Amino acid sequence: MKAAPVSNDIILRTGASIMVPVILLWGLYVLIHGAIGPGGGFQAGVILAAGFILYTTAFGLKEAKKILSVKLLMVIASTGLFIYAGVGMLAIIFGGNFLEYGVIPIGRTPAEASKYGIEMVELGIGLTVMSIMLSIFYDIALKEKGE
Amino acid sequence: MRRYLAILSCIIFWAILVYGVSDLPALGDPEAPANKHVAPRYVEGSYKESGVPNIVTAILANYRGYDTLGETTVIFTAGITVMVLIRRKEK
Repeated sequence: MKAAPVSNDIILRTGASIMVPVILLWGLYVLIHGAIGPGGGFQAGVILAAGFILYTTAFGLKEAKKILSVKLLMVIASTGLFIYAGVGMLAIIFGGNFLEYGVIPIGRTPAEASKYGIEMVELGIGLTVMSIMLSIFYDIALKEKGE
Repeated sequence: MRRYLAILSCIIFWAILVYGVSDLPALGDPEAPANKHVAPRYVEGSYKESGVPNIVTAILANYRGYDTLGETTVIFTAGITVMVLIRRKEK
């Protein structure tokens, strides 16, 4: 089932298999806590992409593309941007200005609605940044491998 | 000759820049124009208006929402450009 890893370095593979889940979990933490502590969509996207890049360097491009294929990456990137613009349009639909989160009827107060709007926007940024970073990495980094 | 001219112009521009720096407000000066314009509004009102405790996030996603949408679009466009320019066909 599992293809032979590209790298035969046992230190790299063992280290990656320990670190990748932690990095991805930390990326999600930064994404979710962007509104509360330091963090946000851009940082979280890069951290998540770094986790997947570490996975790719340890286990090979073929294995990585089984999880996140190139097509799926472009779908995720477009979805992230669509979420951002969609939240903005949602505000227009509910009678506000573009990206005026306060008018969206979630939460009890406009400030709370604004909080959820910001979280959605951060999620969109994170998805786009992660998939674009990974897409660029797929395109340029492992070109000479012939994969 | 040109070399000395280049050195001389570098020194002149350096002196102009240093002279300009001496006019800047001190770092963290509460009376600086940058801290008198919109910063008090952000510090006092961002939690009430945005509902998030992180002022940076409130500015990034709420007050400067258009800007961040543009930034995300720039990243997206960069990825598309790299894809168009150097991606090879899958086997």
